[in-house]
Amino acid sequence: MNAVRRLLLAALLAAAHFAALPAGAQQKFITVASTTSTEQSGLFGHLLPIYAKKTGVQVRVVALGTGQALDVARRGDADVVFVHDKPAEEKFVAEGFGVARREVMYNDFVLIGPKSDPAQVAGGKDIVVAFGKIRAAQAPIVSRGDRSGTHSAELRLWKMAGIGLAAARGPWYRDTGSGMGPALNTASSMNAYILADRGTWLSFKNRGELTIVVEGDQRLFNQYGVILVNPAKHPHVKKELGQAFIDWIVSDEGQRAIAGYKIGGEQLFFPNAKRG
Amino acid sequence: MGAGAQALTHAAELLVTLDPGLVQIVSLSLRVSFAAVVIATLAGLPLGATIAVARFPGRQVLIVILNALLGLPSVVVGLAVYLLLSRAGPLGSMGILFTPSAMVFAQAILVAPIIAALSRQSIEDAWREYEEQLRSLGAAPVQAGLTLVWDCRFSLLTTVLAGFGRAVAEVGAVMIVGGNIDGVTRVMTTAIALETSMGDLPLALGLGFILLSLVLALNAAAQVIKEAAQHRYG
Repeated sequence: MNAVRRLLLAALLAAAHFAALPAGAQQKFITVASTTSTEQSGLFGHLLPIYAKKTGVQVRVVALGTGQALDVARRGDADVVFVHDKPAEEKFVAEGFGVARREVMYNDFVLIGPKSDPAQVAGGKDIVVAFGKIRAAQAPIVSRGDRSGTHSAELRLWKMAGIGLAAARGPWYRDTGSGMGPALNTASSMNAYILADRGTWLSFKNRGELTIVVEGDQRLFNQYGVILVNPAKHPHVKKELGQAFIDWIVSDEGQRAIAGYKIGGEQLFFPNAKRG
Repeated sequence: MGAGAQALTHAAELLVTLDPGLVQIVSLSLRVSFAAVVIATLAGLPLGATIAVARFPGRQVLIVILNALLGLPSVVVGLAVYLLLSRAGPLGSMGILFTPSAMVFAQAILVAPIIAALSRQSIEDAWREYEEQLRSLGAAPVQAGLTLVWDCRFSLLTTVLAGFGRAVAEVGAVMIVGGNIDGVTRVMTTAIALETSMGDLPLALGLGFILLSLVLALNAAAQVIKEAAQHRYG
């Protein structure tokens, strides 16, 4: 029985040791609720080591859809939100959950579609017209359907095209309820159209027959904002550390770091923080 | 090159270079699941043994519930633990959401029913066989339970391995309560989910191969220990 006892004891000790080990408590950190696009495009992998090196503060990013990221922050589970859905962000601040939204950077959405282009939209510059054609041709299109920033943008575009999704949706409209990457995987395997943010598209590898069919419309503008979670609402929020991160990301240095992130020579995000 | 071959190449590359990111992820996976299984065993085994040996009203109902919990969806556990540990939740002041401790907590809840249900079955079978003998020796229930646990130790090892397999392979719970934070709470399964999201299917599959190999190696090790012990103790 000795061997077993020793084994059991070792197991217990190991478990206790692990449990007693507070994850990274020796290091200062903040938690940032952000979007899948910023994480999966690799932007944070580029930015955060620069910030950690400068300040010694670890930034822990939980990547979710914008809607979910804001909900996590509403519950007080993050110090900072970094998302891309301006109306939802303004609502978040108006409700008192966040203080002082700052604009950080932008990129743009692109309409992705199969090279065979069944709805004949390729090369167009008008995204609203393209949406109308997809609807008319009943060509398959994949929607995020997850209250993310990209999903909100897609819904706004249907509205601009004067198409009431509630009545118009049929088998051609595939509501996947998934993140940008999984939705792109789905579109890739069924050769469907999909609205995507350029950053995720550029870093996405499983493209299959998909390519960019519409880009460059002003209405495809995609603004990112950063907000400190209101310490008055959630007293445990790391006010100073969170604010320091926000101040850095909108500073010249942080903005330069964003501009410096490229994939295959192509810049993914364009800093546009206003001064002051 | 097919996706499978590419995946194997990726896996081999990561292993040969001992990629530091990979080492960290693998080590966290093992530590979290190991801690969860230890906790789940400490809770589940006594529970399973008690239900096996004791007779009380509602016992059958309890057994049915316990067996049903084998199919507990990990994402539901993740959600429940998230709500519990969230700052707005009852245990929010602990501040352990999005840490490995939260992941251990969630996995322990997932695994405890497995340990309890499967050990209950093994011990109850042994109890049927030895009940008269143990009673004639005048063994108290606790003593009888301990004797049976010891008697079933080899099948219980398989039970614990099944629990570990469940823990190390699940993604739903650790994704929600851990948050898949790079370098802090990213484990094998959430890393695979992330690579799949980014469309790097060969790399995702390669990580899958590594996870499978690990589980295989662990089970092989357990088998060797079991054989050796059986040989020694009969």
